[in-house]
Formats: sequence, C-alpha cells, structure tokens
Amino acid sequence: MSASVNTSLPLEYQKEQDRMNILGFWIFLGAEIVLFATLFSVYGVLYERYAGGPTHKDLIVIKDVMIQTILLLTSSFTMGVAIFEMRRNNLKGLLTWFILTLLLGAGFLFMEVNEFIHYVHEGATMQTSAFLSSFFVLLGTHGAHVTFGIIWASVVIIQLLRRGLTPVTARKTFIIGLYWHFLDVVWIFIFTFVYLKGLVS
Amino acid sequence: MDIRWNEILITGDPLILGSQIAILLTMIGVVAGITYLKKWKWLWTEWITTVDHKRIGIMYIIAAVLMFFRGGMDGLLMKAQTSRPEMGFLDSQHYNEIFTTHGVIMILFMAMPFLIGLMNVVIPLQIGARDVAFPQLNALSFWLFFSGAMLFNISFVIGGSPDAGWTSYFPLAGKEFSPGIGNNYYAVALQIAGIGTLMTGINFIVTILKMRTKGMTLMRMPMFAWTTLITSAIIVAAFPIFTVALALMTFDRLYGTHFFTLSAGGSDMLWANLFWLWGHPEVYIVALPAFGIFSEVIATFSRKTLYGYKSMVYAIVGIALLSMLVWVHHFYTMGSGALVNSFFSITTMLIAVPTGVKVFNWLFTMRKGRIKMTNAMLWALAFVPCFTIGGVTGVMLAMGAADYQYHNTLFLVAHFHYVLIPGVVFAVFAGLYYWWPKMFGYMLNEKIGKWHFWLFVIGFNVTFMPMFFLGLNGAVRRAYTFSEESGFAPLFLLSAIGSVILALGFAAFCYNIYWSIRYADRNISSDPWDARTLEWATASPVQHYNFAKLPEVKSLDAFWYMKKNNEGLTLKDSEIEEIHMPSNSGLPFIMCVAFGIVGFFLVFEWHILAAIGALGIVAGLIYRSFDYNDGYHIHVDEIKETEKSWRNVEGEVHNHVS
Repeated sequence: MSASVNTSLPLEYQKEQDRMNILGFWIFLGAEIVLFATLFSVYGVLYERYAGGPTHKDLIVIKDVMIQTILLLTSSFTMGVAIFEMRRNNLKGLLTWFILTLLLGAGFLFMEVNEFIHYVHEGATMQTSAFLSSFFVLLGTHGAHVTFGIIWASVVIIQLLRRGLTPVTARKTFIIGLYWHFLDVVWIFIFTFVYLKGLVS
Repeated sequence: MDIRWNEILITGDPLILGSQIAILLTMIGVVAGITYLKKWKWLWTEWITTVDHKRIGIMYIIAAVLMFFRGGMDGLLMKAQTSRPEMGFLDSQHYNEIFTTHGVIMILFMAMPFLIGLMNVVIPLQIGARDVAFPQLNALSFWLFFSGAMLFNISFVIGGSPDAGWTSYFPLAGKEFSPGIGNNYYAVALQIAGIGTLMTGINFIVTILKMRTKGMTLMRMPMFAWTTLITSAIIVAAFPIFTVALALMTFDRLYGTHFFTLSAGGSDMLWANLFWLWGHPEVYIVALPAFGIFSEVIATFSRKTLYGYKSMVYAIVGIALLSMLVWVHHFYTMGSGALVNSFFSITTMLIAVPTGVKVFNWLFTMRKGRIKMTNAMLWALAFVPCFTIGGVTGVMLAMGAADYQYHNTLFLVAHFHYVLIPGVVFAVFAGLYYWWPKMFGYMLNEKIGKWHFWLFVIGFNVTFMPMFFLGLNGAVRRAYTFSEESGFAPLFLLSAIGSVILALGFAAFCYNIYWSIRYADRNISSDPWDARTLEWATASPVQHYNFAKLPEVKSLDAFWYMKKNNEGLTLKDSEIEEIHMPSNSGLPFIMCVAFGIVGFFLVFEWHILAAIGALGIVAGLIYRSFDYNDGYHIHVDEIKETEKSWRNVEGEVHNHVS
C-alpha cells in the first residue's frame, strides 16, 4: 500500500497501486483470451451443423462485414493515438481521439445489430441450428464486450473531464485502451475464422 | 413471463417441510439474537463491509463449515437410503437431487472456500504484506461466492434442486429431459460464484508477484504461497471455460439454443468436454493449496526445512501443466478411439510422477526430524497413506482399456473420495488446527481434537474402503437402491456405519470449536508452534495492519532464520511510521444482493425482472468507478499502543507464555 512514486515513468505507472491494477488487468485479459478461445472451439465443433437451416453463404453480406471491420480496426488506431496524446499530457487531444474511438465503436455496434436483425428476418435465429447458436453467442459475446466498453469508457471520460489527467485517471484510460485493443484482436479472429472461412467453406 | 406461484415452494415431502420449518426458525432466531444483543451495527461495520483479508478469510471459513454441514447431511441421507436393499427412505428423484447437491456443495462451496479462506488469512502474512493487491475486489469475490452459494442452497426448498449430477451431463441436464427449474439453479448459481473465484485468482497472482516484502524472492516463498500462486494461475486458465460452459447451458435451457441438445445439430459430448476441461484443473485447484498446507505443517512439526524445496516447486508447476491435458480420462467410454484414449492414459499416469515426488519429499522432511505429534501433524500423517490409496487407484482408473470396467461404478466414487477427503479435508483440518491461534489468539483443544481426528479418519476409511469392493463387484454409482440378490448389502451397511462415525468426527470438530471459544486459554504466545514462516512474526490475533514494520527476509523459512540469528524481532519506536490502509466498503455486499436477486429471477426465467436487476449491477459498477476513496492512515501513536500490548518491554516478539 506504500505510495512509492516514480516520476520518470509514464503517469499511469507512477504509483505502485496503479502498476498493480495494470498487471491485474493484463491477467484478466488472459482469462478473456481463454473465454473467447473456448467460444471459438465451440464454434469450431458446431460450425457445419446447419441442421437444414441457412448456411454461411446464405447469410453473410461481406460488404457490411468489411465496413464493420474497418470501423473497428480504425477505432483501435484512434485509441492508440488517444493514449499517445495522453503520454504527451494533452488532455484535449486525448479526449478528442477517445470520443472518436467510441463513435467508431458505436458505428460498429449499430452495423452489428442491423446485421443480426437482418439474419433474424432471413429466418436465422439462434434457435435454428447448432451452427447459428454458436455463431450468435460468439459474436454476441464480442458485441456485448464492445457495448460494455463504450459504457465504461463514457464513465472514464466523465472522470477525465472532472479531474483532468492524474495518475488514477491516466491508469483508467490506459486500461480501457488495453481492453479496446483486445476486442479488436478478437474481431480479427472472428472476421477470419467465422466470416472469411465461412464464405470459402 | 407467467409466474406460477404454486410451484415456488416445494411441498409434499416431510423431510423438506421439516427443513423449511427449520430454516425459517433458524433465520428468525438469528435475526432475533442479533437484535437482542444489539449487534447489527457491529456486524455491518466490522464484518460485512470489511476489506481486511483476515476477516474475509474467516468469513470464507465460516461459510465453508456451514456448507460442510449441508453437504455432509446430503451424504448421510444417501448412506441411509443405501444402508439396506430396497430401502424406501428416499425416492429416486429425491436421491438424484441429493447426490447432485452433495457433489456441487462439497467441491464448490466447501472445499474451495475453505482453501480460499485459509489463503486469505495466511498468504499476505506469509509474504510480509499488509493486505492483498485489491482489497475491495477481494471482498467482492467473497460476497459473490456467498451469493452463489446461498442461491444454490435455497433450491431444495424453493423451486426444486438440480438433479442431473454434479457434472450435469447433457442431454439429461437439458430442458428436454429436465424441464423443471432445478438445473437453472446449477447454471446460474455456479456462474455467480465462479466470477468471484476468477477474481480471487487474479487478486492472488498480483498479490504474490508484486507485494512480497523486501528480500523475499520467489524461491524464498513458503510452499503454501507457491501453491497459492500456481493455483491462482490454474483458476485464471480454467474458470473462463466453466463460465462459457455454464453460459451455453443457460442459453440452451432458457433461450432454446442448440449447443448440447440432441436435436438441430447440438453435441451433448461437447458439454462433457467443456465441463472436464475446467473440472479436471479444478481438482488441482483444490488439491495444490492443500499440498501447500501439508508442506507447512510437516516442516514445522518435523522441525526441519522442507526437503527438496526446488523439486516441490517444479512438481507443482508440472502438475499444473499436466492438469490441463487429462480431461478426456473422465469419459474414456465416449468412444474416441484407442489413440486418443491412450494419449490421455499416458498424460494421466504422468501426473503420478510429480505427485510422487511430493509424497517422497514430505516423507524425507519427516526423516530424522524431531516430530511433534500435534493435531495438525496427525492430519498430515494420516493424509500420506490415505491419499496414496487414492492415487494408486487413480492410476488404475487412468488405464483407458481397464476403465471401461470401472466406469460409473462405486470404485470411482471411492477413488475420488480417497483423493479429495485426505487431499483437501484433512488439509483444511490440519490448516485450521495450525493457524487457529493466528486467527483468533487461542488454540483449538488438542484432546477433543484427538477425538475429532480418530473418529473422522476411521469413519472415512470404513465409509469408503467398502465402496472399492462394491464397485469392483459391479455396484453402479448414483443408483438409489439395490436388490437383496445382488449381495451388496453387507458392504453397503458397513459403509453406512462408517458414515455415522465420520459424522461423529465432524460433531467432535464442531464441539471443539465451541469448547475452545468458551474455555481455551487466551494467554498464549504469538508463536505457539515455534514455527518457521512470517505469519508467526506478528501478534495473534493479527492486528489489522499485519506488520508494524515490514519484515526483511534473508533466507527460506524467514521467521526461523530471524529467531536463530536474533534479527528483526525487535521494534524501536523510531521505526514506526504511518501506515496506509484501505477503507471499508458496503458495495461488495450490495453487489452480492444484486447478483442474488438477478440470479433468482433468471432461475425462474422471469427475464424482464432479471434485466431490471442487472441494471442494479451496472449501477454498482459505475458507482465503484466514481469512488475515489483512497483509504486512510493509521497514526503512529495508535500503532505504538497496539504493538506495546503484545510485545515485551524491549519491543521483542513476545515468544513465551508468561
């Protein structure tokens, strides 16, 4: 609990408690990797079990998925710029890029919700087949993470506005940055193994 | 959302009616008692809102003892039902429910919290820290475990118990074959408790990696700290699998998906795989900390440094890695073919190697030691042969081809009770006798402890030894009765008698706690066992800031070294500085209530209410994010006062009974 402060480090790493929070969050991300790996393996077992229902090729509109992908990957870039601005101690720049990140994330979510509505209209619900159960739960878990991330980030933005850049708010921003990049990495796997592989199978 | 009010309370069974009345009376009694003694405020400020790792640990242990009682009652009911052929004491449905809750409660709500409780009490002290890395998260972990445990426990009086076994195999556990809400309890309650466990794992990894006191390198850590570190790593690697499995089960049961169903392409064996991908590491999650406890107890009471410390560490790491590679041995009969079964046979047998290393290390620690036959040591001594029987029968079961013969028989049941009771229950008893003075400032009675020990160990062997032979003769597990012609009756009766002796042992343990609270000598040394590790370098019971001055470590068995070289035992007034401590918080308890309510609504499939309740959870998280309470400082005067009360005039550790 001692407050050993090292000012030569970036703001978020200066205090011992904040360093521990960041390490704890890395370990949490390890658990998240296991969580998504399990969902991917479930999908890997069930992805050809269409049970007479629609297949990948009947459903996927690759253009929309491409737009989603670009939105989310760009948001990862803007998140990186936001953290860069934070390191330059530029609160205004941080907030600008941070909010842009969330807007891109919200755009991604909007597209994904529309995609799901489209599938349901096509008669492809998660009750239709084992393939669709695993498909919806894998994507839905990722989407729920993005939603949660947006709510969480909004809370952090309010704190940044109220308190400015302190070791604590910097740590919180940095951690949500890690979370956001992680969701991007997961999406790359979803894009590759669910959408692209689904189209060539 | 149609609420069927008449199905909420379980009616029609005299045993359950009796329990309902008993639960109601107990609750009224507890509330009346606390009100009469005017203890509500004390309960709230000192315990419910506490973030002190020692108190959280004690709460875990109290909960675990209660759950031990509940799980034990389930076990006794099963033994009563099978004591004679064709008994009519329980019907088959009731028997199914009881073996399910027995398994779940004993593993997840007895063994885990018992060990996590001891970790909480001991680990920060052993590594010379003032708390865990995230004290409030630690409180949340406890309260989520408690929320899940309570939700699971009310199932048998409200709505109906899960009845598909503690493994809840599909398709039986699915909506198609178990249409009631009982198995919803399994899916939801374990999910809530599991989130708490995952956070405990993260918390202890960070605590051990970042908060060790000066000089305590990883290779100077006590063995219990090592096993806790590796256990936490297994928790982080394995629990998310269970999270997903339970979530998919919830989707299947509540929202009609087809992960594990027989129809629409689902795969029932996918559940078995996911369950054991978590379930087998889970065995080591409960076994490794227990091994750590035995290592501490054996080293202390043999008055020697642990033999083969390094090989112990490598063995734990080896066990942890192998634990992830053996899950298929739980269902060789799935029919995955000779190659797959052979692979898993070999990995399973490999686990016997590091485990054997550990057993020999314990034996060599005792060799030429000046062994003190305290109760804690007795449990460790009884552990070695009993656990070895469990281990050797485990190797028998590991042989894929032979397993077809043993599968689903009482041989298997006897095997895992021989692993888990000596491996976990003996360990927590050893740990309790050993650390009780550290937690409460007085010892458990050694004489009553002997009754506890002998009744329990004899009862355990009489209960489970016959089951090996019953199993080899073909008695299947989870069968609520058997015929006279089967010839099983004498051994079943013997086993039932054993369970009564076992229960008497547990009663002696409870009596020991009662006796010691009332009559035990409070004037004891802070180091009554002449022990070797840092938790004994401070007062008993431990003051809330743990150490006035953080100790400096120069070797393995740090406190032993300090005593031998007379270093670091004194405390000068000039060395005392202000100590920063975290503040109490009511939020973890409120989250416990919120999770409990949401869970309850989900169990009954009242989705709108559950969604509203979930908003409460989100509100709690947001509140936490805005909470900038930075803790408080303890003043030097207060520390001086506290330290004076347990040290002698020279500021030395008060080592001898006055």
